[in-house]
Amino acid sequence: MKSALRNSRPLAVAVTALVGLPILLSGCGTAASSSSTESVSEISVMDYYNNEPDKSFIGDALTACGTKAGVTIKRETVPGKSLISKVLQQSSSKTLPDVLMLDNPDLQQIAATGALAPLADFNISTADFAPGVLSAGTYKDKVYGLAPTVNTIALFYNKDILAKSGVTPPSTWDELKAAATKLTSGDQYGLAFNANPTYEGTWQFLPVMWSNGGNEKNIDTEETAQALQLWTDLVKDGSVSSSALNWTQADVKDQFLAGKATMMVNGPWQIPSLDKQASLQYGVVKIPVREAGQTAVAPLGGEVWTVPQTGNKARQAKAAEVVACLNSDENQLAMAKVRNTIPSKTTLAAKFADENPKLATFTELVKTARARTGQLGEEWPAQATKIYTAIQTALTGKASPSDALKQAQGQ
Amino acid sequence: MSLTTDLPQSTPPNGKPGPGKAGAKPGPGRAGSGDGAGDAVPSPRRRSRQRRERLFQWLFLVPAVVYMALFFGYPVVKNVVMSFQDYTTATFFTGEAPWVGLANYVTVLSSSLFSTSLLNTALFTVGSILGQFVIGLALAIFFQRKFPLNGILRSLLLLPWLLPLIVSSAVWRWILDKDSGALNRFLGDFGIVDTGVPWLTSTSLALIAVVGVNIWIGIPFNLTILYGGLQEIPDELYEAGSLDGATGWKAFRHITWPMLRPVVSVVLVLGVVYTLKVLDIILGLTNGGPANSTQTIATQSYALSFQEFKFGEGAALGNILVIISLVFAVLYLRASRRAVDE
Repeated sequence: MKSALRNSRPLAVAVTALVGLPILLSGCGTAASSSSTESVSEISVMDYYNNEPDKSFIGDALTACGTKAGVTIKRETVPGKSLISKVLQQSSSKTLPDVLMLDNPDLQQIAATGALAPLADFNISTADFAPGVLSAGTYKDKVYGLAPTVNTIALFYNKDILAKSGVTPPSTWDELKAAATKLTSGDQYGLAFNANPTYEGTWQFLPVMWSNGGNEKNIDTEETAQALQLWTDLVKDGSVSSSALNWTQADVKDQFLAGKATMMVNGPWQIPSLDKQASLQYGVVKIPVREAGQTAVAPLGGEVWTVPQTGNKARQAKAAEVVACLNSDENQLAMAKVRNTIPSKTTLAAKFADENPKLATFTELVKTARARTGQLGEEWPAQATKIYTAIQTALTGKASPSDALKQAQGQ
Repeated sequence: MSLTTDLPQSTPPNGKPGPGKAGAKPGPGRAGSGDGAGDAVPSPRRRSRQRRERLFQWLFLVPAVVYMALFFGYPVVKNVVMSFQDYTTATFFTGEAPWVGLANYVTVLSSSLFSTSLLNTALFTVGSILGQFVIGLALAIFFQRKFPLNGILRSLLLLPWLLPLIVSSAVWRWILDKDSGALNRFLGDFGIVDTGVPWLTSTSLALIAVVGVNIWIGIPFNLTILYGGLQEIPDELYEAGSLDGATGWKAFRHITWPMLRPVVSVVLVLGVVYTLKVLDIILGLTNGGPANSTQTIATQSYALSFQEFKFGEGAALGNILVIISLVFAVLYLRASRRAVDE
């Protein structure tokens, strides 16, 4: 039968293909690691600044720092929501970029996996950074990431409406409640904040919780219950719309812009949109504290830059140079100014606040701002979930603030 | 997938599906190969040809089997294994995932949230399927009539299907907003409600609102399949029925419904499987809130894995959902087999 030979050929091809494919595929992964003595001409960078204008601001700073270090930058920007899953994928396939940006509450989570190199290995100075910034970048006593600029949240108010109603910007909870009630009329609410069931809802609640002495380690305390009572009272008496349960920070800003909320809890990244509306006159004060004399403690936001463990010393060294350069005084001041964020070195604060008066309140707050992961580290996500669950339970009236916190803490 | 049904030439003459006997009859494409068919005693040549044929049968199967194993088998197995491990972010870098047995299942099932999510999943699924099916069927019957713009209207109804879910949910989130939402404005203008209805922020209304949006999204699927099923019913049946006085409701009850039954069971079971795993709509509308009143097993599993990084627990909960879906998948297979038989 002469077809026998001919027919066996497709079989051979198929077998070769099946056996060969995995070898081929696995081969792709090993190409990345190479000797440490090579000269490095290009390093890869990954961040989540995928929207303008931040995309260009960060891109320009990266390019300039790359030129200084003698390397070109191969940059990839991914959407914020997919950054962590991308990082996890890359760490399992050992294809992490040379420079990696992380949102600060995620840093300890990623550092705990062993995927990041301590910045002390590259002699990067951590002097003068605000304590909150350092604690966000630290895991088990080693600094893994530094943020050139940071942010936090404060109370924005509509100057015109407050003046018309004869209300001065509040500084205590009682004043806040009185002002919010007075400023509520028709479809205009006194205050807007975000209490949605995500980490954003937790983040917006932290200023009142922390300023009153509440602690994220155990939320079943009198101090935290008082803070949650404030949030509940504001929603219950109608000074805050119950839509807060589903708003994002961007929605809160839209309410404020539309004149439907006279005050709002929000961050400096909203300033460009607020400034676009020329008729809007707004001011910024610290989020009120329960009693005059308490210190306002704000949560620290912002992104840190890290050097992943790629196994290539030469590339890591170049990457570290770029991270150090991004965190230099000049870059901190320049980036903070264009991006409406705050330089993370306290030594730059006075100068920066003078030059950028509309960011003065935020600059003041950053000095004492607290990192979300400062105490709990990798345990933060679980506890943050409990906090927003308690907020939602109390605000929907399913339980009193103290019961809601007790239930959530016990979960 | 079986060898005997995939390849016609392998069906033995006596019709018994025995893989050992496969290849006894030469296939139509190979009729000229010279061997005498129907020989009682297999010659060595014949045996080698049989073996070769079996080899080819397998070769035809290999691409499908590899594809299934790679893209369906591997993820499922991986997910099952993951659910027995303490799988954290560190696992991705170190590859270490300590075996914890049933601990993840115990944590997930004993969580106070599980009963809430299970009940919500049930209510969400039943509510969605009921609404989608009834409205879908009503529209399918309506579009059976011939009237101007029938085709255009029917294709417009497909729109919810064509929109990305994240877009639909963003738009609905705005429509359902308490203070400035289009729905409340509309109801307010007609004097139906005085104050804004907190569609998405009331613990008693949020699930209803989410079900409503999911019904809107599911109507095109039900409409299309049921409309197709209705087209299959021969007109003669209605003509004959009308002679006997079966018109209107009677015609539906005694002709349409029995004839449509096989399609109906397929639509319902597929609908249940699709609805059980709905994630993006709920995340887009309410994120599971307020106070977990729209939290389903799917959203909770997502939150565990991708927000709290407890991949083991997320996988365990995901598997529970898979098992629930599997029950309905088996029902579907039985229903579709019956549909073919009928």
